[in-house]
Amino acid sequence: MALHIIDRRLSGKNKSVGNRERFVRRYKQQIAEAVQRAVGKRDIRHIEQAESITIPRKDIREPLFRHGQGGISDTVHPGNSDHVRGDRIARPQGGAGAGSGSQASDSGEGEDDFTFTLSKEEFMELFFEDLALPRLLRTHIASTHQFRMRRAGYSHDGTPQNLALLRTMGGALGRRIALTKAPQRELKALQMQLEALLAQDDGTSEVLAELQQRITALQARIAKVAFLDPIDLRFRSRTRVPEPSSQAVMFCLMDVSGSMDQARKELAKRFFILLYLFLTRHYEKIEIVFIRHHTQAAEVSEDEFFHSQETGGTIVSSALVLLDQIIRARYPAGDWNIYVAQASDGDNFNDDTGNCRNLLVEKILPLVRYYAYVQVVQDEQSLWQEYSQIARQFAHFALRKVSVPADIYPVFRDLFKKEGVAV
Amino acid sequence: MNLSQYPVLAPRAGPQLWRASGAAERLQRGVPTVPLPAGKRPAHPLPDPSDWTFELIERYHAAIADTAERFGLDTYPNQLEVISAEQMMDAYSSAGMPVGYRHWSYGKDFLATERRYRRGHMGLAYEIVINSNPCISYLMEENTTAMQALVIAHAAYGHNSFFKNNYLFGMWTDAGSIIDYLVYARDFVAQCEERHGVETVEQWLDSCHALSNLGVDRYRRPSKKNLARERAEREQREAYAQQQVNVLWRTLPTRPGKDSAAQENERFPREPEENLLYFVEKNAPLMEPWQREIVRIVRKIAQYFYPQRQTQVMNEGWATFWHYTLLNTMYDEGWLTDGVMIEWLSSHTNVIHQPPAGHRAYSGINPYALGFAMYRDIRRICQEPTEEDRRWFPDMAGTPWLPALHHAMQNYKDESFVGQYLSPQLMRDMRLFSIHDDASQRELLVSAIHNDDGYRTLRQTLSQQYDLGAREPNIQVWNVNLRGDRGLTLRHTRHQGRPLTDDVQEVLKHVARLWGFGVQLESVGGDGEAPVLVHSVPTPSA
Repeated sequence: MALHIIDRRLSGKNKSVGNRERFVRRYKQQIAEAVQRAVGKRDIRHIEQAESITIPRKDIREPLFRHGQGGISDTVHPGNSDHVRGDRIARPQGGAGAGSGSQASDSGEGEDDFTFTLSKEEFMELFFEDLALPRLLRTHIASTHQFRMRRAGYSHDGTPQNLALLRTMGGALGRRIALTKAPQRELKALQMQLEALLAQDDGTSEVLAELQQRITALQARIAKVAFLDPIDLRFRSRTRVPEPSSQAVMFCLMDVSGSMDQARKELAKRFFILLYLFLTRHYEKIEIVFIRHHTQAAEVSEDEFFHSQETGGTIVSSALVLLDQIIRARYPAGDWNIYVAQASDGDNFNDDTGNCRNLLVEKILPLVRYYAYVQVVQDEQSLWQEYSQIARQFAHFALRKVSVPADIYPVFRDLFKKEGVAV
Repeated sequence: MNLSQYPVLAPRAGPQLWRASGAAERLQRGVPTVPLPAGKRPAHPLPDPSDWTFELIERYHAAIADTAERFGLDTYPNQLEVISAEQMMDAYSSAGMPVGYRHWSYGKDFLATERRYRRGHMGLAYEIVINSNPCISYLMEENTTAMQALVIAHAAYGHNSFFKNNYLFGMWTDAGSIIDYLVYARDFVAQCEERHGVETVEQWLDSCHALSNLGVDRYRRPSKKNLARERAEREQREAYAQQQVNVLWRTLPTRPGKDSAAQENERFPREPEENLLYFVEKNAPLMEPWQREIVRIVRKIAQYFYPQRQTQVMNEGWATFWHYTLLNTMYDEGWLTDGVMIEWLSSHTNVIHQPPAGHRAYSGINPYALGFAMYRDIRRICQEPTEEDRRWFPDMAGTPWLPALHHAMQNYKDESFVGQYLSPQLMRDMRLFSIHDDASQRELLVSAIHNDDGYRTLRQTLSQQYDLGAREPNIQVWNVNLRGDRGLTLRHTRHQGRPLTDDVQEVLKHVARLWGFGVQLESVGGDGEAPVLVHSVPTPSA
């Protein structure tokens, strides 16, 4: 019997992608909520991962007419152990006992929720959506953009300035040899014959004429082999390879005095996340340093940074001093791209603001690539005013007020403008 | 749409390929009464490295095909397709079909499958086989050589011969045109989405899917059409259908003398209609032509799967019986090594495992186990009948087993198969017992066990259990208020007093969307009591 075996492994394996995408679109709202929850729970560093999303099963049911519980049903089951006809058995409580058996599976349908995994890309897509990033920027963040051209062997086509002359001529020579070897050999044999004939003959016989004719034909044929043919051309080929940049360090500074509540911290976290994502696209290696401060500053772990709360006044300069110390001790500006993101509610001791200014202008700003300040309340206090002045002097210093996640984007607009990307 | 991405549809060498072999001619003469004699014993068994190669698959296939031929298995030509695990998951979530229109529910199935698989909760099936001509069987790349042999025997010869020979499949499905039809359906739905928007089409499909189980013709046989004809006829059909509908809803005043009053009071439809989708497709007044066509597509596909839902035990049992028989025969004749045997036997035992009732893993009767046991039992009854068997199966006991077995495969569905062939011996072996569950009683009653008093009851109860008519609620179109608000009345006839689930309201909304006007569902008991209104849904707004 005839048989067709078809290797189907290479033909599209993602046939379900379209259906899957439809599912995600349909349940977008539930999924977006789940993404929100997940962002809250994650470390900045692990923001870019796939996520399990859970949707209540009743929301995604497809209704059908079915038999419900009740009425009379007769069912047959295997594996009778000790029952005889007429036995009465207690009704098993929900589940696949002897009584309900197969019915349990089609009417009960399982109360557990429907869980599935959102891929990294889908997760980021939904995350960006909430931040109201424009499309262009979204794709910019979501793909590696730095490339370098690198030599990659030879190709058959290219521009004349990339012509690889040696390779081309070598190829042409090879082709000429290959195409003319056999005729040459034949020609040589014929010429020997001719000479031999000439030696004993007067050069008038028909055989001689025919020989000469064949020799001319062969010579013509050999002459027709082109010296250089378009198929010989070889061009130096280049491909684009992703270019990993050097290392960067990102400082997250946050005021943890009593006035920063959890919601404000969440806002600040969104901001830090976006900056982190931006940096991951540009730099191969990123370190994050968390500095929190009230009247004193301390370097802490991420968890502590976002989740501990302390009361007391606010001295912003303490954090800047610590920042400066850390930069000088561990991240020399020559080796590291330094980014600083500061979040605060704008509260500061009045006479400390001058210190901040001096520290920033003299020590810190000359070292860093970019300094972004977000204030999570609308009031303008002394710190804001001071910072506004700095912003006028330094192009790589940006400040914004942010009260909802969508406000975070304008800060990045500045950042991207600097990188030369049209937004 | 580029069809070349689906090489399934590429023109094939045609049937002459397999007609050329001697097998087909011999099969024309029917099933042999005894297996034909084996050929020459091979000098060496087939090699059994754990990694398969195409050459090995061909060699195994050749040996299996030979053996199958000796047992008279009549199949469609085979097409084996090697796929990866991801592709297997794709296939899973589209009901095994290689082509299909897009819908979110398939995405849901895919996500559920993928998650369970990644978590290791579930192994993927070793095979999927499609009732098409040629019969497509998927072999998973991860399978070992022994497993591929098992799959070939199971799917490409077991299921394949079942598809070709069982009367339900012959009557209800057309293996030759299904792939064509699915391509047509996919293209049509895609076109509609382009024209009317993805969400509109999706809602419409949701509504159709809600009724797909009730979109099946139980009596009429679908005609065979190829892709081109299907396309050409669509437009004609659309125009004609619209015309028919208009006649039905004619609002001209009745002419005195010509139209009698009786005609005015006549119920429509005259007879209750069981195929809900068919009814709305033909009679809903406001449906757009494309909507009618989608209803038709869902209905056709439901129809295609209808025999599969009715023959699960028979089909799986048949395939299991034959992989067991074929591979064992091949082993006896020196084709297979011990390693191969042990490997497939281990899978085989897993597949036919039947945990007893009350066991943690118990979830109803395993169709593989029951089907396999029944076919084995038929063979036993033919070959070594006991006194009891002669009493119960006088026509079959002691006759040649091959024709008896083929007869049992060809002419039954699960319900009648169990009703006809479940033997007392098997009931004892499986220790079957039946439970009478009356919701009004506090306790369950054991109504029959595997003894002389119980055999007939058990057999009847189990047969009922596989009756689709009893498993699914009986809901029919009862009446349409032609002269009033055009409301549609469905009637649910309760089976043994069993109510419907709470989904009813939701499903009715879908029916109302399809019908375009209000819908109500009434319920009647089996004993002629007055119908009770269960639910009603008003006319959907725009």
